[in-house]
Amino acid sequence: MIFYHFFSNPWAVFALKLAAVFIFFLTAPLVLGYVEHKGLAHMQSRLGPMEAGRFHGWAQLIADGVKFIQKEDIVPDAADRRIFMLAPMIVIIPVSLVFLVIPFGPAAVSCHAPAGTGGCGFWGENFDVGIFFVLAISAISVIGMLMAGWASANKFSLIGAIRGAAQLIAYELPLVLAASAVAMQAGTLSLVGIGDAQKAYWFVFPQIAGFIIFVIASLAELSRPPFDMPIADSEIIFGHMTEYTGIRFGLFLLSEYAGIVSLSAIAVVLYLGAWHGFIVPWIPGPIWTLAKIGALSFLVIWLRATYPRLREDQLQKMAWKYLIPIALVNILLTMIFKVVF
Amino acid sequence: MAVTELPTAGMLPGGPGEGVQVVIAGEELPTQEMTLSIGPQHPSTHGVLRVVLTLDGERIDTATPVIGYMHRAFDKLSEARDYRQIIALSNRHDWLSAFGNELGVALATERLMGIEAPERAQWIRMLMAEWNRVLNHLMFLGSFGLELGAMTPMFYAFREREDIQTLMEMATGARMHFTYCRVGGLKEDLPKGFLQYSEVLVKRIRHRLLDYEGLLLGNEIFKKRTVGIGVLPGEVAKSYGVTGPILHASGVAEDSRKTEPYLKYSEVDFEVPVGEHGDSFDRFNVLYHRIEQSLRIIEQVHAKLPAGPIMPGKMPKYLKPPEGWTYVRTENSLGETGYYLVSRGDTKPWRLKMRTPSFHNVSMIPYLLKGVLLPDLIAVLGSVFFVVGDVDR
Amino acid sequence: MAMTKEQRAAKLRELEQKIASKKGIGALYGLAKGMSVTMRTMLKPAITTQYPHVKPDLPERTRGVIALKEENCTVCMLCSRECPDWCIYIDSHKDVMPPKTPGARGRTRNVLDRFAIDYALCMYCGICVDVCPFDALFWSPHFEYSTDDLSTLTHEMDTLAKWMDYVPPPPALEDGAEDPVEVSKEAVSYGAPAVAAPVATATAPAATATAAPPRTEPAPSQEGAAADSATPAGGTTEAAETQAPPAREEGHDEEPPQIDQEAYDAAIAQGKPDREARALAKRAWILKRRKAQS
Repeated sequence: MIFYHFFSNPWAVFALKLAAVFIFFLTAPLVLGYVEHKGLAHMQSRLGPMEAGRFHGWAQLIADGVKFIQKEDIVPDAADRRIFMLAPMIVIIPVSLVFLVIPFGPAAVSCHAPAGTGGCGFWGENFDVGIFFVLAISAISVIGMLMAGWASANKFSLIGAIRGAAQLIAYELPLVLAASAVAMQAGTLSLVGIGDAQKAYWFVFPQIAGFIIFVIASLAELSRPPFDMPIADSEIIFGHMTEYTGIRFGLFLLSEYAGIVSLSAIAVVLYLGAWHGFIVPWIPGPIWTLAKIGALSFLVIWLRATYPRLREDQLQKMAWKYLIPIALVNILLTMIFKVVF
Repeated sequence: MAVTELPTAGMLPGGPGEGVQVVIAGEELPTQEMTLSIGPQHPSTHGVLRVVLTLDGERIDTATPVIGYMHRAFDKLSEARDYRQIIALSNRHDWLSAFGNELGVALATERLMGIEAPERAQWIRMLMAEWNRVLNHLMFLGSFGLELGAMTPMFYAFREREDIQTLMEMATGARMHFTYCRVGGLKEDLPKGFLQYSEVLVKRIRHRLLDYEGLLLGNEIFKKRTVGIGVLPGEVAKSYGVTGPILHASGVAEDSRKTEPYLKYSEVDFEVPVGEHGDSFDRFNVLYHRIEQSLRIIEQVHAKLPAGPIMPGKMPKYLKPPEGWTYVRTENSLGETGYYLVSRGDTKPWRLKMRTPSFHNVSMIPYLLKGVLLPDLIAVLGSVFFVVGDVDR
Repeated sequence: MAMTKEQRAAKLRELEQKIASKKGIGALYGLAKGMSVTMRTMLKPAITTQYPHVKPDLPERTRGVIALKEENCTVCMLCSRECPDWCIYIDSHKDVMPPKTPGARGRTRNVLDRFAIDYALCMYCGICVDVCPFDALFWSPHFEYSTDDLSTLTHEMDTLAKWMDYVPPPPALEDGAEDPVEVSKEAVSYGAPAVAAPVATATAPAATATAAPPRTEPAPSQEGAAADSATPAGGTTEAAETQAPPAREEGHDEEPPQIDQEAYDAAIAQGKPDREARALAKRAWILKRRKAQS
């Protein structure tokens, strides 16, 4: 009875969901960071962290976090102080908000949740325009990037930020076009709805072109190799993050890894059948979702280990000459598909 | 796409040879050039080379290498040290091909003194020089990938280098600064098990070279970044005095191991790999194939190594070459290294002037960097193989 | 059918290059190839050795640190003078010894007061070891003496002497190699215990475990000379005998000393580092063999 009362209080449910999302937002990037440490290391015939926490260095990322917090927070003299300090927040907040709407499991069969709490299920909030919200909000971080680059008073930072902005703008388009084809196929903008619609088959099969475009565009949005020109360490030191130290730099890194998790999660929901499993369907939905997110994130790491980076103009060319036209054709085909069947 | 065409001013960034021709009318739209100082502490110059760029957007207008941050006065110091000490010092200026350097000093002194190292010593010297070449080239194979953003080849290169360094350590006792040559021969003979391990390593490295091919040479992204970038025609290369793999990549097969053989290079069979276009990709490719050729030479040394002493019977306690001068040229890992040695019959040289390949390679950076994009700076700098210690000495 | 492994590999490679040379497919193939390389490496064991936990087994010739065999040093200053960066500091004084026959002039000799190497300056070229005419300096693979203060990198005589424990015997040479001049000049050839044996029995009892590090240095005559000329600090002839060079009494055995498991375990149990334990174990093995021979 107490539980029932508790869950019928919308504020309590909100608080609980927020806490869960926040914890996931903090832990998932750490886990991914650890996997990247280890995965990269073994791909390079190394061991990676082995000391922190005794067992295969599992606590390395925590140790890194502690280190970041302890370090002096240096703001360059010439920097635009307030903007400089604000930029990491602007980058990280949109990324964290994305986690609010990602559905990890199906809706509960019987739902007692009161109206206004987002329904019952493994998600923070079920927006009717979920996909729209996700794509819109994740594009905000480019402002943080520009702020960081401009406020640092460093030429390398500036070049990095401008590159980053150009890249994000160029790749927002294929990303949205690819996602909108999925929304058309599913007939809904709600992420939960799109997940539900993949009960019969995953959208990756009819939307294979869209999926590839989405993954490539996500990589470019995240500035991950082979599209990491905004932070290309051998050319422009570390792009917009060059002047940052301590916890502010840590926040940038956290947002990068959280970004990988969030975009992988979106790709899983849009294309890889969300929580729908195969062969062993009795495994609960959220575990399926997490496993798929993990697999996709691993692909991101794997690409980083393997490929050199492209040049900025080659990247732009790829977006405007190939990805966007293909994405448009993909939408057209989806339309025909929807009308005919 | 015309790969060999360099982008010219007046084109918008769009990749070499594919930009849109834009004519800016009048002075209404003034742009300001930005001066960007790459180095002396910058991740892509591996050392303390500084390149001052003037940038028009991301396009490089002029590039001026600033050298001298690592000047250690090797030439001058040599005048105050005796011949044995110079060998130890010469290890240090090009730290990636230490054996090649000391070999040159030893050869020059020997020529001045009119002695020749025993047969076996010469073969062992050649073996070590070639292993050193492999060591050096692996380093650049790895670091070029790293500079283009592929971090893995670097670690693979160090994996292989580790094996070779262990091998060198077996014989010389050191991993980088070998100090294994002596005027007249070598410090010690090879320890037991060296040749066996050496044979194993040749096989292992030949096998592992395929990894680099898979990661870089065959990779489409790598090709996109390097093909047609930083084209250096053979004539220009010659006029700048560029030697070694960079010259070979421009299609000129000048290699003093072939044209003026020293040691026993005339008795082994090997080729000088040459490139066609002289672009970054060719330079990398030539480097890759030079490793294969070095491994070939090493295998032949294994088969032909004669028995015998490694030092001539009688050597004076203090080396006093007679008055005179000599010039020795050796094909070091990065190109031709020359030693101009003048003696006045003292225990110390009166003058030792080195001609180092890296210095000449760096001198043509302004030519190569003119008009390329900032990201291509890396693709060019990484393929102009140089060691900063070798530039400044 | 009967294709060797190499032939198969060559054929595969040919096919591969054919695919790679195609334009569109070749690009995709190249990208996939890269992915396969990293994946294959990931599935193989890593090559990292976890250094502080696992000590590297370095070759005998490794130039890790210079050890000083104090009793061999005659303060000739050659090493100090030949050092390219002058990092060897030697202090000495002259000692007048009582004459052998009464009434004769007292003999003078050099007594080593200080022998220090500044490893912050040392460039590990090994010239000092090379030029030492009395074999007082040796290379050892020991390398764990880093500090966080430059000034503490100057190591004095006692530390340098302690490092003699880490000096391994020189490795055997590759086939076709000639013995070093020092060895071939003598009648005693390297690796011939038959010749060395009588010498060994003559002086073996004098050698104590403290004076004899486990090594067989191929320079018996010079070491003998060194021991003679540099009468140790005690100043008595008796002491001179106890300092007899180890190379002589040990004899030149063909096989390098092996590790005595018992002593090794004991040393490890005492908390000694692996390298030291190995050195001690080798010494124990040599002592055992000597016992067995006599």
